[in-house]
Amino acid sequence: MSLFQGLGFAPVIEVFDLNRRFYADESPEKVNLGLGAYRNDDGEPWVLPVVHKAEELVVSNRTLNHEYLPICGLPEFRQAATRLALGSESVVIKENRVLSIQTIGGTGSLRLAAEFLKQKLHLDTVLISSLTWDNHSGIFKATGYSQVNEYRYWNPGTKGLDLDGLLADLQNATEKTVVILHTCAHNTTATDPSPQQWKQIVSVLKERKLIPVMDCTYQGLVSGDVDEDAYPLRLLASDGVEFLIAQSFSKNFGLYNERLGNLAIITKDSSTIDEMRSQCEMIIRRIWSNPPHHGARVVATILNDKSLYQEWKDQVIIMADRIKLMRKMLHERLVNLKTPGDWNHVLTQTGMFVYTGMTSPQVKYLTSKFHIYLTKMGRINMCAMTTKNVDYVSKAIHEAVTTQ
Amino acid sequence: MALSQTLRVVASKKLFNINTSLIARHSSIWSNVEMGPPDAILGVTEAFKKDTNPKKMNLGVGAYRDDQGKPFILPTVRKAEKIIFESGLDHEYATIIGTPDFCKASALLAFGDNSSAVQNNLNATVQGISGTGSLRIGGSFFAKWYTKSKDFYIPSPSWGNHTPIFKHSGLNVKSYRYYDPGTCGFDFKGAVEDISKIPEGGVVVLHACAHNPTGVDPKPEQWKEICQVMKDKKLFPFFDMAYQGFASGDINKDAFAVRHFLEQGHQIALCQSYAKNMGLYGERAGAFTIVCGSAEEKERVMSQIKIIIRPMYSNPPIHGARLVSTILNTPDLRSEWLKDVKGMADRIISMRTQLQDNLKKEGSSHNWQHITDQIGMFCFTGLKPDQVERLTKDFSIYLTKDGRISVAGIASSNVAYLAHAIHQVSK
Repeated sequence: MSLFQGLGFAPVIEVFDLNRRFYADESPEKVNLGLGAYRNDDGEPWVLPVVHKAEELVVSNRTLNHEYLPICGLPEFRQAATRLALGSESVVIKENRVLSIQTIGGTGSLRLAAEFLKQKLHLDTVLISSLTWDNHSGIFKATGYSQVNEYRYWNPGTKGLDLDGLLADLQNATEKTVVILHTCAHNTTATDPSPQQWKQIVSVLKERKLIPVMDCTYQGLVSGDVDEDAYPLRLLASDGVEFLIAQSFSKNFGLYNERLGNLAIITKDSSTIDEMRSQCEMIIRRIWSNPPHHGARVVATILNDKSLYQEWKDQVIIMADRIKLMRKMLHERLVNLKTPGDWNHVLTQTGMFVYTGMTSPQVKYLTSKFHIYLTKMGRINMCAMTTKNVDYVSKAIHEAVTTQ
Repeated sequence: MALSQTLRVVASKKLFNINTSLIARHSSIWSNVEMGPPDAILGVTEAFKKDTNPKKMNLGVGAYRDDQGKPFILPTVRKAEKIIFESGLDHEYATIIGTPDFCKASALLAFGDNSSAVQNNLNATVQGISGTGSLRIGGSFFAKWYTKSKDFYIPSPSWGNHTPIFKHSGLNVKSYRYYDPGTCGFDFKGAVEDISKIPEGGVVVLHACAHNPTGVDPKPEQWKEICQVMKDKKLFPFFDMAYQGFASGDINKDAFAVRHFLEQGHQIALCQSYAKNMGLYGERAGAFTIVCGSAEEKERVMSQIKIIIRPMYSNPPIHGARLVSTILNTPDLRSEWLKDVKGMADRIISMRTQLQDNLKKEGSSHNWQHITDQIGMFCFTGLKPDQVERLTKDFSIYLTKDGRISVAGIASSNVAYLAHAIHQVSK
């Protein structure tokens, strides 16, 4: 009798299951609009030229070795990452009021934040947006939070932000509730608050003494401008709020599998930094001990060199512009086909995804008839659209919406 | 302004500053966060860095150093890096468990190229974040899915991070006798007695080779007996193998215990690290394996391991794993690597011999047999805390309070100095 007899199968993780089914599909017309990774116009992964340059510098640098990094990671990376998020002129950085820690991707950053807030501040309640990245609740539940609740976010009637609902739910939250917000390019709805709306949100966060954890995964990929995309972070910082930023460098540097992230904890009082660092080190020691070199070295090389930094920003614009072009082309085609419904949100939504608003039967139809893979909530990855497949996808959406 | 007035203004300004910072502190949500305990081993390195004595030696941290005291980048690793860079691989997400070629190569390295477990697809092997990450996955998996017991028994002493990792995973950490301070050797009788008393289903953590921190390993016949006792008592073997190849210089010899337990029919768990044997410390390459009862069970176990990894860090860092996979799966590189690893092991063994010889030369009357009996990175010298303190204060030799030295930190240029110092504090 085996030791693991009673162990059943775990539920599948949707995006990875989509990938699996996509790769098994033999149709030559198949399109994978599931997983959020950037593709070029040939549908291929794109290693940013500046990343390749930086890798060459790293690999050929004979003074570098593979020794352990400090528990909190590579200092040149951490500082540069936080500067990217808060702006180099940020008063928070100048006053030494931010702790920066290299983490294992954006996920690792969120996990460290969850562990730190639970273990050291004894917090137990978290609010995540409805229709958020599925791993948000996974991370906080795995960390042992007993209250993982939702705040309203998406208004299906207007196909836009439900600001009133959001504000009301934050107003009703108890003090010291952790709130996860998306800095830009909300995953799943691709719908962000405007600057004015952010001001209202921050005001409530302050009033109710809530603890914001800003998930920052797509900086640069929305507008093409890293500073514009980081608006809510700068607002929180200049408003004197104590908050956390969980940054990912997977998408905007194309370094998905190198697992690079940064957790920034902003405090009112710089004397709390050393203590927070020591407690975070204790947590990290029990999960991954210290973070990996490679991604951190590459990004530090780029962010700390003026011309490489400019090259990177230009390449981020290339990615953001290609996504915008795909939105435009998809929208044009749906309008020309006279596909029922208002497709304006294809243009106004931001970031990698379009939250189409398609129903479950329509989504199933897209996959079964046209071999187009998307999440069951109807979210499509615009980065995987190309000038070669946009006609096919538009016609497929049109048929799904008109017949299902 | 009169001096007294100036002083009053300055004093009140200072008070004001103190008050505002107190207020800021009091109102900061982080104000109740206390300072964590300092890391003992890192503390040694910090103190070492500050010491200006040119003869200073850092025997604290367990990282390999060459005979010039420098970090050693394996030639095979340099070659593999060049290959990877030139192959123009992309940086797309690996799967949650890492790449299949890395996982398979790791399992075969541990279990042998002809492993029937691997051939029959029984091994649920995933990439972990070096040894720590692999232990953490294992700890979480057992806490959630191993129903027979939540008790993990670690040897006394063990690597300092074992207890926090397993506790944080939700397990109870207990211990069994291991090190005999009287002989500076293995307390075989005590270990077998304690293991025999563990209730059925208990998990026994075993260092596969080069025990950390003592350097004391069971002999093959002793491993065989422990294996039998654990079979009779229905205990679960959980191996930590962080030094395969690095201990004796022979990867097969170092994996003896792991392979023997498997051959004898145990279902084992195994944590591997490539930090030491490939010098990939900061690249975080490791693996976690559970050997299952059937290929079908392996699929179920894999699916549950993925659920543990995803909310921790989603998927593993690929660079180190690519280096490992390139080396293990390219025949020329693999043979060269085996030579690199033997070179490291041989240098350590040679330092042990020289230390022992030099202590004899110094005229020490103590029995230093354990220096060469012990194996791997570390040596439990048997020195007491006050002797350790004197070593540091009088000779600028840095080691941990328990008398553990990292043999890898000794060079032929300073082994005589070390012997002299040890003799001075222990005669």
